Amino acid sequence: MDEILTYAQAEPASAVAYAAAGGLLSSVWLLVAIPLASAAILLLLGRRADRWGHWLGVAAIGVAFVLGLGFLLQLRGLENKSVELSLWDFITVGDLRVDFGLLFDPLAAVFVLLITGVGFLIHLYAVEYMAHDEGRRRFFAYFNLFVAAMLLLVLGNNYVMLYFGWEGVGLASYLLISFWYGRPSAATAGKKAFLMNRVGDAGLAIGIFIMFATLGTTQYDEVFNGVGGLAGGTVLVLGLLLLLGACGKSGQFPLQAWLPDAMEGPTPVSALIHAATMVTAGVYLIARSNPIFSANTTLQLVVVSVGAVTLLMGCLIGAAKDDIKRVLAWSTVSQIGYMFLGVGLGGGAYALAIIHLLAHGFFKANMFLGAGSVMHGMNDQVDIRRFGGLSKHMKVTWITFMMGWLAIIGIPPLSGYFSKEPIIASAFERDDWTAWLFGGAALLGAGLTAFYMTRLFVLTFHGPKRWTEDIAHPHESPKLMTIPLVLLAIGSVLAGGLMAWNDGLASWLTPVLDAEAGGEAHGVLSHTVITILSLLVTVAGAGLAWSLFRNGTATSPQPAGVLVTAARRNLYTDAFNEAVFEKPGIFLTRALVFLDNRGVDGLVNGLAAAVGGGSGRLRRLQTGFVRSYATSILTGALLVVAAFLAVQAGWLA
Amino acid sequence: MTELKLPSIDYAALSPILIMLGVALLGVLVEAFVPRRHRHLTQLSLALVAVLGALAMVVFNAGERLVTIGGAIAVDGPTLFLQGAILVLAAMALLLIGERSVERGGAFVAHAAVTAESADDRRQAEGSNGATEVYPLTTFAIGGMLIFVAANDLLTMFIALEVFSLPLYLLCALARRRRLLSQEAAMKYFLLGAYASAFFLFGVALVYGFTAGMPGRAAGVDFATVHAAVKDSPASPVLLFAGMALLAIGLLFKAAAAPFHVWTPDVYQGAPTPVTAFMAACTKVAAFGALLRVFHVAFADAAWDFTPILGAVAVLTMLVGAVLAVTQTDIKRLLAYSSIANAGYLLVGVLAPTGEGVAGTMFYLAAYGFSVLAAFAVVTLVRDADGEATHLSRWAGLGRRSPFYAGVFTFILLAFAGIPLTSGFMSKFAVFGPALESGQAWLVVAGVLTSMVLAFPYLRVVVMMWLSEPGDTTPTVAVPGGLTATALMIGVVATLVLGVLPAPLLDLATDAAVFVR
Repeated sequence: MDEILTYAQAEPASAVAYAAAGGLLSSVWLLVAIPLASAAILLLLGRRADRWGHWLGVAAIGVAFVLGLGFLLQLRGLENKSVELSLWDFITVGDLRVDFGLLFDPLAAVFVLLITGVGFLIHLYAVEYMAHDEGRRRFFAYFNLFVAAMLLLVLGNNYVMLYFGWEGVGLASYLLISFWYGRPSAATAGKKAFLMNRVGDAGLAIGIFIMFATLGTTQYDEVFNGVGGLAGGTVLVLGLLLLLGACGKSGQFPLQAWLPDAMEGPTPVSALIHAATMVTAGVYLIARSNPIFSANTTLQLVVVSVGAVTLLMGCLIGAAKDDIKRVLAWSTVSQIGYMFLGVGLGGGAYALAIIHLLAHGFFKANMFLGAGSVMHGMNDQVDIRRFGGLSKHMKVTWITFMMGWLAIIGIPPLSGYFSKEPIIASAFERDDWTAWLFGGAALLGAGLTAFYMTRLFVLTFHGPKRWTEDIAHPHESPKLMTIPLVLLAIGSVLAGGLMAWNDGLASWLTPVLDAEAGGEAHGVLSHTVITILSLLVTVAGAGLAWSLFRNGTATSPQPAGVLVTAARRNLYTDAFNEAVFEKPGIFLTRALVFLDNRGVDGLVNGLAAAVGGGSGRLRRLQTGFVRSYATSILTGALLVVAAFLAVQAGWLA
Repeated sequence: MTELKLPSIDYAALSPILIMLGVALLGVLVEAFVPRRHRHLTQLSLALVAVLGALAMVVFNAGERLVTIGGAIAVDGPTLFLQGAILVLAAMALLLIGERSVERGGAFVAHAAVTAESADDRRQAEGSNGATEVYPLTTFAIGGMLIFVAANDLLTMFIALEVFSLPLYLLCALARRRRLLSQEAAMKYFLLGAYASAFFLFGVALVYGFTAGMPGRAAGVDFATVHAAVKDSPASPVLLFAGMALLAIGLLFKAAAAPFHVWTPDVYQGAPTPVTAFMAACTKVAAFGALLRVFHVAFADAAWDFTPILGAVAVLTMLVGAVLAVTQTDIKRLLAYSSIANAGYLLVGVLAPTGEGVAGTMFYLAAYGFSVLAAFAVVTLVRDADGEATHLSRWAGLGRRSPFYAGVFTFILLAFAGIPLTSGFMSKFAVFGPALESGQAWLVVAGVLTSMVLAFPYLRVVVMMWLSEPGDTTPTVAVPGGLTATALMIGVVATLVLGVLPAPLLDLATDAAVFVR
């Protein structure tokens, strides 16, 4: 086993200690309470709130953002930047103690600002986007509910609280994906999201139970201080289970399939939940649990591999899709792959992953809302082969989308450059050949990202018109939709640079993400070389896409080679899931139903028929079911007694 | 002339049982002597007063830890906690049973002997007042359950089993509508229940044989003797193990664990819904209370070798309950399979051989009882001209018609699914934690996985209620009478409070989790 499991020395990490909240920070619970109260009001008042309900929803998030900003400023002045607010003892039985408490520290603070800030803009946008939908009030209620759950997720001070938020966002996203339940595809997508998330949730739940069993606690500080004393194998299992949870929520390999299907929900949902916030919960989980993940190098290797596989997979599939929201969805999968790569690398890369997460929140939300704006003007068309030439008709959408596009492919000085390029560089900073493997994957991913995003941008806004006949003049969206776009575009341009400036955010996060591994790069390539290389592949990818698609494309599917066909079919992962999970599941259910209803009965009848023959007798035997129930009980009883005796005789021991 | 030595009897400790059985007898007299039109009110108040009086005595006895009436009854922490739980849940069930404003005449048949589907039957279904014999029957059943969880020898346990089972068989047959289904359910329950009782009794006989021949100690089936015999009986251990297996089967039948669960869906569906609620909540408490006592008191030193077998039963139970719940189309059958799966989770708690396991199981029983009663209370309200509309397709769009009750039902389903901040999450937590600590990781993994599967049918109902348009056949939700509304509110509030502030009840359960022997 030693070849496989190489454990890092349990370093005597400085003990984690949280201060008690005081002053303004003692009201940090308001962050969760306000959106929750708003959701409750919207749901309880029913139709009476139809006229003003959406504004209440927007205001709740706005107030939460302002509060979050206030708390952040308060936090800056403190010695110990991790303050804890214990609301009440949730469970106290024997050794078990779970606190219903909140933790506001630099990591939580940046998440709060992202969720409420970007969330506020998306809420604002949705006021107009959902204006013609009679379920708008209900929509805002679910939306507020989601924000409350997401804030609970990032603000909890133990894993059980995190799990509460985790389940809450899952539930809200399920409701929001199936919001347009009239569409069968929306209902199916909702189910798929729910089921795949359950797989991940099961991992997280079992992981939390293991913490209980081995450490006797789920409080962050006690777990992190205690993890050094655990056996390496336990840490590995614990970490893998947490990783499974993270993969489910964040749409990472092998649980990625639900995320692109989730695009059936209204576009603001895609922007808020499936681009900016909820899908990054997995990254939050790993970053928050960094003492666990840093304690085991095998674990880190697994996280890095998941990230690398997913980022390439997302790029490949994204390049073959024609639905504007699905391209963006696969792009999200791929960008979160970069974040997983970052948190897996550990050390200083934790902060890099968080920076990329925040920057991504801005530019991806920007592009999703831009896509919504395009659809709004094009009669809900989503096929990019049916766009083209929109730059003349939708100026604001065009310019803002361009900012998002330049940001995601990493053109300096936009934010993607400052957030993605350092991750690529740190992927090369490994001691062995894996530096080339992961660095190469990250670099290749950058080129592919440039390719498919350019393809998306060019096909949508440039080249000849390929519109369907029913569209004469695409119109720009109303102000309420374009203002959030402009603000998000400004964020896409500036956020990365501001966060990277003077290592500002990285040092802000240092108390949480112990970045002792900093220092100068000592990778296989110098940082300058990597910067030049990544810019080169980006320009090459973008240039290739530009030259291929500048004159538009065919409006119907074209025959394609093996790779493109595979990518169009999501690299056959859906077929794999169906064959490996769905079919046996269906079979198991059918078999159980059969056994429960007819199996035992059939056995008896079959025997009777074989012995006695004659259909008359068979029919008479089929009249009652009690006998077959009794047979089932007898069979079970014989088995149980036999098993008891076998144990007693030592046969099973 | 030997002097007859009478065992000492602590009447105060026995008072909850005595009150229930006494009032049940009184109820029989009321049937005979009180004019028909006063019977309903008299019987209902009598039964409720009895339950509350018994509950008061349970609270009064809170500190008692003793064995009385010649070792037949043990009054200790688990007894009192479980008796308290049974009484509170039974009070709620009585409120549902006594409801007469949702359906004219109540949920019960007026004359049980009327031929099903005949003209007479249709006439009685239209509004004759239901039979009031249900109250003494229920009171007897509650009394039997109180003895069952306190029984300190196997014979007392067996008699208690019969005392609470027989009235239940009858109660199942008394549905006002769908009489054939109801009678069929009662018949099945009776035949299979008798069958399971035979297993139990055979087990008692084998265990009795095993205790014979110990030096200086007479044979017997009281738990102290059995416990001593497990250590140093000269008899063949085959007797012990076969006996233990048969006893377990008898109890697992009542608990609705697979493969002894087969009666559950039919009976839950056919019985009058208030009775189903009573069975789902109170019978479960009684059956698991007895299982806890048998394994923790009588067989404490032998039983844990068999954890793998009972663990396999638990896993099978969860699997059957969860997987089959997915394909159900009737809400009562769906809840039946959910109750089967919950029996599996409860077994996980029983198999943790620590005080925390006992505490977790008891907490689970109480919390689940509240939720399941509330769930069936909602089921009694969703109706059309032919009575309750239990087919799931009929529930589509209910959220539009009646958002409040659909919201309440959604909350209860989320609790069943174990969503945090409901009692469902806390109770799973309370049984899985101790199981993991005692090294039963596989049970916990199976439990978490199946509860993920089980969440799906619940969510399907939620989606159906909220995210589909109401059709012409969508039934209305009846305005509940005060009784149903009270029971429903108690159930929902308890589900919420036990999810948000579980500590007081968990503390109570932990303090109570010590058996006397």
